[in-house]
Amino acid sequence: MAEELLILLKGTDCNKGAVAMLKTHLLDYFECTINSRSDSIAVRHNDNEISFSELKQQSQKVGSLLMEITGAAVNTPIAVFLPKEINAVIADIGIMYSSNPFMNLDVKTPHERIMNIFDLVKPAAVITSRKFSKILSDVDVPVIIIDEIDWNSIIVDESTLLSRRRLLIDTDPFCLINTSGSTGTPKGVVLNHRSFFDFMAVSNDRFDFDGSEVLGSLSPIVFDIFDFELCMLMCNGSQIVLLDAMLAAFPARLLEKLVDYRVNFIFWVPSIMVNIANMGLLDKIALPDLRLVWFAGEVFPTKQFLVWYDKLPDTVFANLYGPIEITLDCTYYVVEERPNESEPLPIGIPYHNTDVLLLNDENEKCKIGEEGELCVRGTSLAMGYYNNPEKTAAAFTQNPLNNSYPEMIYRTGDMAYMREDGNIMFKGRKDSLIKHMGYRIELGEIEHVIENELKLVEYCCAVYQYEKKEIVLYYQNNSELTEKDFRTALSKVFPAYMIPSVYIKMDELPRNTNGKIDRLTLKNKANNPEE
Amino acid sequence: MNSDILSMLEEIKPEFDFNDSEDFVMDGLLDSFDIITLISMLEEKYGITIDGLDIVPENFSSLDSIANLVVKSGGKA
Repeated sequence: MAEELLILLKGTDCNKGAVAMLKTHLLDYFECTINSRSDSIAVRHNDNEISFSELKQQSQKVGSLLMEITGAAVNTPIAVFLPKEINAVIADIGIMYSSNPFMNLDVKTPHERIMNIFDLVKPAAVITSRKFSKILSDVDVPVIIIDEIDWNSIIVDESTLLSRRRLLIDTDPFCLINTSGSTGTPKGVVLNHRSFFDFMAVSNDRFDFDGSEVLGSLSPIVFDIFDFELCMLMCNGSQIVLLDAMLAAFPARLLEKLVDYRVNFIFWVPSIMVNIANMGLLDKIALPDLRLVWFAGEVFPTKQFLVWYDKLPDTVFANLYGPIEITLDCTYYVVEERPNESEPLPIGIPYHNTDVLLLNDENEKCKIGEEGELCVRGTSLAMGYYNNPEKTAAAFTQNPLNNSYPEMIYRTGDMAYMREDGNIMFKGRKDSLIKHMGYRIELGEIEHVIENELKLVEYCCAVYQYEKKEIVLYYQNNSELTEKDFRTALSKVFPAYMIPSVYIKMDELPRNTNGKIDRLTLKNKANNPEE
Repeated sequence: MNSDILSMLEEIKPEFDFNDSEDFVMDGLLDSFDIITLISMLEEKYGITIDGLDIVPENFSSLDSIANLVVKSGGKA
């Protein structure tokens, strides 16, 4: 293809003015980044590393291979079944080059759950490694084994990759993220390109990212935080240091890694940071390079937060809030003055170009101080749940404040109120969704599977013990089951973080007046054992 | 002490056979949540405080290494 046509197709000539540079795909940003950072290290993982230009070359090869295997398919999910390693980054960007969205899966997910996801999403292919391919032996989609690819034999036809990409628009899917649903099959949240680079634009504005960031990446590849880190790499040229999940169990080692790799930005879930604070490690290991700390995913208890805040006076801390369905986060609170230990941290103010509505039971806007459901409006909204119109319709609804034309809002199910100073305060959930170890879990899913799929007990109710951070299962059954019985059966269908820690048999579960199991009573029982 | 530690591990993860494992951490028997639970059980049982710098994989790989950690932290069998 002629050089001029290539440039025309790219539409990513960085020297052109802002209006001419319409970027509709994350790769448009990545290819601009490459220009200035080709030899810099893009990703590090233990003793391995890959430069930006190598990352581009290998990803393009994966993209070409996928194009060959899946034929004309665009916008069709491709699954990634890999541990967190450099190959997972190559796979994700490779899938982008094939003009398809990636769907990262956790290699620790039990086989049955993987099969449920495959049945629902029907990915066009799956990328895995030799070690994990055995688990996928019975899937009926093409399997690419990334560590067996003969890289030299793949010829990249850049112009074909580009012309396919130019058929896409910015609201086409960037990735799918599976999240716990109320049945045994997760919901696949579909997130588009626009929502990610919108988030990058406002973040760059607020936090002055310039590519000098070294991100200490601790989230599993199935978290949206990992997708944010990918975007930092692609849009800003920031470096990602992949930290093994095992390190979360050994915080001292984790902090040593941050020092060794000169990590200056972390975006973690609070649980690990609470452990670090409780172990007194910040007194023993200095983190002079760390200049920015973001946290999200669950409430950071102020007492432990203050340990971080006091030990790292030169570090900027920000509390972010947002469910997966609104792409990363929709509000943020930069901690600019020392918080009062007895008060929770605010979730802050909405990001630019995102509107947060607090709606009461009458679907009216809440007054200052009045609690209501937090709803979100803006381009950050997910496209919906993949192959799941019912669940989509329930969560993405018409904005009740607008009767004039179709306009979607996402109803988070989170309760919140606005403080006098304009900061939003998180209060809790409307339903039985919890955040546990950074994962979002629908307690109803645990109950549904135990009662109806595994048929372990007659009735059960799962509640969360907030102080100990453990899931407690109350059950009613003729015979008592041992903890081992439960755990053995559940570990075949659930990832470890969804398996309850405590099992309590009751003669009869409490019920409310309309005969439903009284979740609130059980929740109080678990959280106030003396009562 | 080893048998007490084994019962703690079995309480945390009854579905695993710890006698079968050469290295609890490398074999993936203990995740971060389990390590924290085990530490609080050890601290309570032996009246000790385990230094955060000692919470490293080598000290949790086997019954012997966990017992050594308890002794190092001032615990008596």
